[in-house]
Amino acid sequence: MSFITVKNLNKTFKVYERKSGLKEAFKSLVKRKVKYVHAVDDISFDIKKGEIVGYIGPNGAGKSTTIKMLCGILKPDSGDITVAGFNPFKDRVKYVKNIGVVFGQKSQLWWDIPVMDSFDLLKDIYKISDEDYKKNLNELIELLQLEKFLHTPVRQLSLGERMRCEICASLLHNPKILFLDEPTIGLDAVSKVRVRKFIKEINRKRKVTIILTSHDMQDIESLTNRLIVIGHGKKLYDGTLSGIKHKFSSTRKLEILYNNLVKVPEELNVAILKKEKNRILLEVDNNQTISNIVKVYSDYCEIKDINVYNKTIDEIIYDLYKEMNL
Amino acid sequence: MRGYISYFKAELKAGLQYKTAAISGLTTQFFWGIIFALVYTSFYRHTSIKDINLSQLMDYVWLNQAFLTLIYIGINDESIIGSIKDGTVAYELLRPYDLYTWWYIKLVAKRYALVMLRCMPILVFAYLLPEPYNLSLPFNVISFLMFLLTMFLGTILVTSINMIVNSLAFFTNENRGISSIIYTIADLLEGSQIPLPLLSGIVLIIAFFTPFRFIEDLPFRLYSGHIDYMTGFNEIGLELIWIIVLLIIGRLILKKALSKVSIQGG
Repeated sequence: MSFITVKNLNKTFKVYERKSGLKEAFKSLVKRKVKYVHAVDDISFDIKKGEIVGYIGPNGAGKSTTIKMLCGILKPDSGDITVAGFNPFKDRVKYVKNIGVVFGQKSQLWWDIPVMDSFDLLKDIYKISDEDYKKNLNELIELLQLEKFLHTPVRQLSLGERMRCEICASLLHNPKILFLDEPTIGLDAVSKVRVRKFIKEINRKRKVTIILTSHDMQDIESLTNRLIVIGHGKKLYDGTLSGIKHKFSSTRKLEILYNNLVKVPEELNVAILKKEKNRILLEVDNNQTISNIVKVYSDYCEIKDINVYNKTIDEIIYDLYKEMNL
Repeated sequence: MRGYISYFKAELKAGLQYKTAAISGLTTQFFWGIIFALVYTSFYRHTSIKDINLSQLMDYVWLNQAFLTLIYIGINDESIIGSIKDGTVAYELLRPYDLYTWWYIKLVAKRYALVMLRCMPILVFAYLLPEPYNLSLPFNVISFLMFLLTMFLGTILVTSINMIVNSLAFFTNENRGISSIIYTIADLLEGSQIPLPLLSGIVLIIAFFTPFRFIEDLPFRLYSGHIDYMTGFNEIGLELIWIIVLLIIGRLILKKALSKVSIQGG
């Protein structure tokens, strides 16, 4: 049974355009040129309960717009969204009790008051019982290691600390669905790893369905099995991470370190990416074996070392975007 | 309901943190109070004004300074307009509460926090000043109670005007134009610059038909006994009608805005 259903979703934004320059600025006072941007163009997908789905695409692809419609804060132009039995926009006030949201670039905590006061306030807003709140909060504080700065005003927290607090705040009311919009943006390596570990943990423990957008492919790689890729508002790919690797990664790189190369062997049909003194970097098709290439090279030189590099997920996504003309 | 009360408390607490701002604000208000007191005293010495006597006018001046942050229409919360501009308002919509009420509480809490830090020193100072520059005690107990009630209602009324101005920000993106026009007009018709009893002609007529005079003119004149109870009660009735009308207008504008809101970027 699908938990989140999106069917033929559309959203168009009106954008006012004007050319640069003072003259154009005056012209636009009288008449403005309107451009329509299809931010979301006929997108459909289903998500099961407890899934973690990575929702990715280049900047301006329509990710955030989709997320906002899923959260109920933006009205779709057409199409149906059902989340946990609700129509998010129509039933907004009832619906939002069931979701938790973290927008990496915006804060939901109250700037001026200590973290703990923010949490207490959320308790009252969501009408969480004392018992549930205590249990839940203690667990979250421990998992996210928040004890040290619970009584610091939010404005004095570092970004990493704040993000952990944001995530805690989004989970206090025990939501069924968690939307994470770039949760690791701007975080250092340690904080990133910590946040990822926590997201996994919370998904495993509470069976929270998680929809994650990120430009950090390591987020996607370490957290999700399923990937939805969109570009120009259209869905381009929906499937597993390994599927996308298989589909878009037809080559790998081979680096050979050698002494005394007589000449570059011509009988091999491989592209040379880089050649330096004592080092050569080749791009090898998946239908060619590494051993064959190494064998041929060993006739021409003394091989000191070899390295094989598979494409990173970043490169794969880059190829995918390029292929789709994004 | 519990959520709204907790929010009021939290905002009040947050507002009470800003003590340095309060001290500088106080200095300004002492300064203006003294200037006004001196100007009006010499003004009364050389003219004969029957509309309001000097002692009642001094009450007006000092109450205005003491409670300025509670009733001055220009006290708004930049973070509301800011959140509309930068899209943080999206977060507010993710919460299971009524946004109008929520912002309303924020604004009222801010006014109370500001006034709590400021009013006492000014009141004490003004009571202790020598005659004729001083603030007198209330006219009598009833006029004092009516003063308290109308101060409360005035805060409600002025905040509902702020809410209309804030909700309009959804439509314009740049809302300083609208707000400065409304606030300048309101400032004059409130009696904040020149006490209303000293005004005459067309301005006074306009003031009579707009809601602004309830914000401070009514409570201050009740305090000094310049308005008798019966007129006071009638005025309060009229004020309540204005409050309801303004609340409804504000809510309708916000509702309209939210139905077509588009949150871009990020």
